[in-house]
Amino acid sequence: MAMIELQGVHRDFRVGEQTVHALDDINLTIRAGEYVSIMGPSGSGKSTLLNLIGLLDRATRGRYLLDGQDVTTLDDVAQAEVRNRRIGFVFQAFHLVPRLTAAQNIELPLILAGVPREQREPRVRRALEAMNLLERAHHKPDQLSGGQRQRVAIARATVNEPRVLLADEPTGNLDRKSGRDVIDILESLNRHGITLVVVTHDSDIGGRARRRLHMLDGRIETDHHPDGDRHA
Amino acid sequence: MRSPDVGRFAWGALRGYPTRTLLMLLAMAIGVAAVIVLTALGEGARRYVADQFSSLGTNLLIVIPGRAETGGATPGTLMGETPRDLTLDDAMALTRSYRVRRIAPMTLGAADAAYGRRQREVTVIGTSHELLALRRWTLARGRFLPDIDIDMASPVCVIGGKIRDELFGPRPALGAWLRLGERRFRVIGILGSEGRSIGVDVQETVMIPVASAQQLFNTPSLFRILVEARSREAIEPVRQFIIDTIRHRHQGEEDITVITQDAVLATFDRIFGALTYAVGGIAAISLFVAGILIMNVMLVAVSQRTAEIGLLKALGAAPRQILALFVSEALLLSLLGASAGLALGMAGSLLIRQLFPAFPAHTPAWATLAALLVSVLTGLLFSLLPARRAARLDPVLALSGR
Repeated sequence: MAMIELQGVHRDFRVGEQTVHALDDINLTIRAGEYVSIMGPSGSGKSTLLNLIGLLDRATRGRYLLDGQDVTTLDDVAQAEVRNRRIGFVFQAFHLVPRLTAAQNIELPLILAGVPREQREPRVRRALEAMNLLERAHHKPDQLSGGQRQRVAIARATVNEPRVLLADEPTGNLDRKSGRDVIDILESLNRHGITLVVVTHDSDIGGRARRRLHMLDGRIETDHHPDGDRHA
Repeated sequence: MRSPDVGRFAWGALRGYPTRTLLMLLAMAIGVAAVIVLTALGEGARRYVADQFSSLGTNLLIVIPGRAETGGATPGTLMGETPRDLTLDDAMALTRSYRVRRIAPMTLGAADAAYGRRQREVTVIGTSHELLALRRWTLARGRFLPDIDIDMASPVCVIGGKIRDELFGPRPALGAWLRLGERRFRVIGILGSEGRSIGVDVQETVMIPVASAQQLFNTPSLFRILVEARSREAIEPVRQFIIDTIRHRHQGEEDITVITQDAVLATFDRIFGALTYAVGGIAAISLFVAGILIMNVMLVAVSQRTAEIGLLKALGAAPRQILALFVSEALLLSLLGASAGLALGMAGSLLIRQLFPAFPAHTPAWATLAALLVSVLTGLLFSLLPARRAARLDPVLALSGR
């Protein structure tokens, strides 16, 4: 069952007089529960691809089906709802709101979804528990270590139980040990059924994924697939 | 997103930047407080003047000899002829309308008053016993001038409190003979502690029957005739009646001026009302400035919190929700600032009332309401632009901090 399906997707940016083809005719199908890494040099279009899958960006041309639904034609409000319910984001810079505690940061997607207060508390608690952060619940981000911050971010990304988790250089701001912990957590989430897409330039981390995409100049150069390699 | 959550989030954002929030609150509070205090001052001035006028008595008409308007050069003015005097007969003629409740003629003059060896110059008012009721005065002791025909003289007088103190000191004044010029008058009453009535401090006057005053000053003319109408509605007919009567008596010459207290009061009311609106408007400019400040600070907030806005979008906030968050933040700010300003303004007006008890500095309800409304509206209006900018941010750019 295809979770993510991109058909002939282009993404052009205008830089002055020139048009830059950040994504050039991408055709990609990711099945539910897959673990995919996207690698490539900077400027190859891997982050743009991730943003597009995460509905933070819109394709210039082409179709995008998420879980069988065409999401390219949705308006802003509907796209926001898809982001909220079906997609989780983990960023390199964590992007925690500095004035909110760990628990309040994790609560944000639930607040935006309009979940009543009494239902939010147990869910935030469960997410904190899963990330082993219960005793850090009322700490502000600046009182947490880098690894703990990224765990808060993962808890926030998964509190709404999305089907897809997108991670953009999740270990980029972490030391080796914390980075390994974060990858372990992401992989364990994948084992429990979440579709995981990781963008990285670190081949050690990218190499762990069962399916590995290499991008260059807006195209998917190679697609190492567990069911046999394919060239795009 | 639920509204209590929107409020809580906005409140958290305000508390997250305390210096910025306090400065904005201060700006808004000063704006609102300025409106409250300045309109209180304007309103206080209006009421003060109104109070002064109503102490004259109600439904009052004042008849003054002479025409208060400039005419052409008539033979009369060339020959130095003065207008016809008002006389006691004129005054008596004015009692003939059922709309007139009472009249009091007045003559005014200065005379030397003496008791024993003490002597001072006093203002002498010649009038009738109706004056007491007409001016709503009270007596401290004794009684007022007797109810006799107004053309009858009588050697009695009523004195003000200050005259009593200065001429009699500790000795009893009631029943004593006071000398005014060449004549002697028995003191039959002492006036209560009424204040002044335009220009003349009643505490420094001696009142005698009008006929006696005309003998004392050797003049048949009156200084004023005070007329009290039966009701507010009767004022205008009475005015017309006075003018018609006097013109008839003065061979068709309209040589008097009738001032109605209402007209004077209404004029002052208009002047001070306009003044209040004006200072209120000037103060409202400070509210406007506070609004622009809010816009400025919200714009800075949007650029400071670009990453946060990007994150909220990534987490599934629709543009409308971002808009709501920032507008609520500004609204909350204006409401808090306005409340603080309201408290500050109320305290300010209270202080003014404490310091100057005679000055009723009460903020009119419309000013309070308008100040609150304008502050909330400016908060709303001036936060729309920054909030729209936030809502339209490209999430990818916002997250990358560009």
